[in-house]
Amino acid sequence: MLEHAYFIPFYPLIAFIVIVFFTRWKEKLSAGIAISMIIMAFVHSVFVLIAMLGRHGQPLEMSMPFLEHPTITLELGMWIDGLTAVMLMVVTIVSGCVHVYSLGYMHNDPRWSRYFSYLCLFTFSMLGLVIANNFFMIFIFWELVGLTSYLLIGFWFEKKSASDAGKKAFITTRIGDLGFIVGLLILTFYVGTLNYQEVFAKVNSGALSGGLLAAAGIFIFCGAVGKSAQFPLHVWLPDAMEGPTPVSALIHAATMVAAGVYLVARGMTLFAGSETASMVIAVIGLITSFMAATIALTQNDIKRVLAYSTVSQLGYMIMALGLYGVDLAHGHHSAGYVAGTFHLMTHAFFKALLFLGAGSVIHAVHTNDINFMGGLSRKMKTTTITFFIASLSIAGIFPLSGFWSKDEIVAATTGHPLFMIVTLLIAFMTAFYMFRLCFLTFTGEPRDRERFEHAHESPKSMTGSLSVLAFLAIFAGWVGLPWLHNGFSSFVFHDEVHHAGPNYILMIVSTIVAVSGIGLAYLIYYKKAISADAIASRFKLLYNISYNKWYFDEIYDAIIIRPLMNSTKILWWFDANIIDGLVNLIGWLTVKWAALKMLFDKYVIDGIVNGLGRICMAGSWVIKFIQSGSLQFYTLIVMAGAIGIVLYRVTSIGFYFYLIGLVIVALLSVVVKMTRSDRVDAEPNIEG
Amino acid sequence: MLQYLALAAILFTIGVFGVLTRRNAVGILMSLELMFNAANINLVVFNRYIGPDNLVGQIFALFVVVVAAAEAVVGLAIVLLLYRNWRGIDVDHINIMKW
Repeated sequence: MLEHAYFIPFYPLIAFIVIVFFTRWKEKLSAGIAISMIIMAFVHSVFVLIAMLGRHGQPLEMSMPFLEHPTITLELGMWIDGLTAVMLMVVTIVSGCVHVYSLGYMHNDPRWSRYFSYLCLFTFSMLGLVIANNFFMIFIFWELVGLTSYLLIGFWFEKKSASDAGKKAFITTRIGDLGFIVGLLILTFYVGTLNYQEVFAKVNSGALSGGLLAAAGIFIFCGAVGKSAQFPLHVWLPDAMEGPTPVSALIHAATMVAAGVYLVARGMTLFAGSETASMVIAVIGLITSFMAATIALTQNDIKRVLAYSTVSQLGYMIMALGLYGVDLAHGHHSAGYVAGTFHLMTHAFFKALLFLGAGSVIHAVHTNDINFMGGLSRKMKTTTITFFIASLSIAGIFPLSGFWSKDEIVAATTGHPLFMIVTLLIAFMTAFYMFRLCFLTFTGEPRDRERFEHAHESPKSMTGSLSVLAFLAIFAGWVGLPWLHNGFSSFVFHDEVHHAGPNYILMIVSTIVAVSGIGLAYLIYYKKAISADAIASRFKLLYNISYNKWYFDEIYDAIIIRPLMNSTKILWWFDANIIDGLVNLIGWLTVKWAALKMLFDKYVIDGIVNGLGRICMAGSWVIKFIQSGSLQFYTLIVMAGAIGIVLYRVTSIGFYFYLIGLVIVALLSVVVKMTRSDRVDAEPNIEG
Repeated sequence: MLQYLALAAILFTIGVFGVLTRRNAVGILMSLELMFNAANINLVVFNRYIGPDNLVGQIFALFVVVVAAAEAVVGLAIVLLLYRNWRGIDVDHINIMKW
């Protein structure tokens, strides 16, 4: 099964093809095919995971050449190691849950089959991205997930905001991908290969180093910045929430946005080779994480809070990976690499759960705005419980999965005091905004009676998915328990294992931070001991910055979009007046010139043609009298001709004789004709 | 040999003269026969003096006699039709073979 792991992406691809070409009109059947194929991919992934555990994370590489060129050979292949196996599990589990969940959520949607085919295409692309063994292949699947993301964000394209959000996501990530391509070109030219292991070998041997290595690392990281919604390209992710909620859970929380983190983890050797690149990665991650956390504090759209939370958590992971690179440059292995990938896995589960829970709430009350919610725990038991589990997990409460991975990240900041303080601050904010969301949504009195009355628990397909993910949100982190001699870290990281062991001080500190965040949210939004409005008006400036998302959209509008629009207006004026004027002038001149040429045609060319015609007519009028109709005259000409030929053979003057004779005969015949015009030809006797 | 060829040439010239000068269509046909016979004489003469071992020229002369007979039939038929249509066979009056 392990040798055939390359087949895993093909299960959803088959489902995609079958749905698109054959079962589009049979909605239930389409969904059935999609789900069964995802389950097969999941089962196959389980076998791969078991096989990898048996090999203790010993990697397996298989590839075949795809394009061969003197400068570079591009290949298609797979690279299976612990990280790949874990990612395969994460993608197939979350994708499976989202598929099942969508059965309920997308109920009665007119484009049901298309929705499932897109989900399958996405799953195919994501699995291909995970399994790739070279940067070229990861880039292909990278673009494919971008495409499916675009398709699914704009799935309800009747809504202008949804189609705009799709475009925004596509274009923004494309800016990052441009950097990615530049990075790949640097590798192509200076390393001559895109295969992970060959590139890493070159980096380790020092063939690629210094500024060039830093440039390659930073440019490739640009791709991750776009895809993982890092500062300054994070603006698309909150808008991407216009898509169906299960899509947000699958693509914009658990898997696709994690692809950037995966890329950084995968190419860690490359990034870690340059301290500059690693530092850039760490700082970008920290800025993103802090900024997104502050924005999430004040948002009122349930999905946007989660979106900014996602951006913040992704920043966390990127920062941890970056710090690992920095530490490695200083010669010691830190927990960063394991922390980043570990948090990637646990985050996928609890964030997917949060989104699906939010989807369940939206399904019940038909609004995204938490101002119209409240008290929903009385109506929606399962959703409430699972949502609270996920929130506790992301806040980092013992012993849920988020606790372990978040601790690892905090541990990774050891030796970087600024990073550690901000990380703890972010952890505090995370706990606060998650429980603000929980309390406003599920507890207290309903703020919208009518919506509350109509609210109901979601169907089994949705709550079932929630339960599966809740289970994982609790227990998935246990694979990385520090007491288990870091099972997870030795599995995903086959270089030099970092055995941190349990760090009780860290655990206590992070628990205190998380609990205080939750406690503050409890005081403000549950007990209402402190007025939220009072705080907002006290810190008016900070509140506005947070509420308006640090004015990023406005800044981009002012410094990029507006100047672009204005410059296009100038260009439009130039086009409309100068270019069009020139074109019209040339057209006018052409018309006039054509009129002149028409006169020439009419009098000169036509004159020549008609003149030739007239000359022919006149000549033929003369010559036609040779054909007098007289039998004996004809015979005479034949005889003259015969004599002429004989004379020509004998004396070579016959031809001229013949011509002169012909002319004489013609003139003679004209004369004869003229003189005999008095004779009336005999009329035919009709009745004879 | 020369005397026979001279005879043929004289005969041919008489025929040509007749064809060119006769106004009567029947006369023209008769002159035509003279020309045929001049040609036949030539064929026989050349056969006799140049290639006496085979009879190609004589056989060809016989063919010409047969074809001339057929041609005379067609010619006389045309003359007959001319007479029916124009009540006369004077070729000067018959000039419809033109533009």
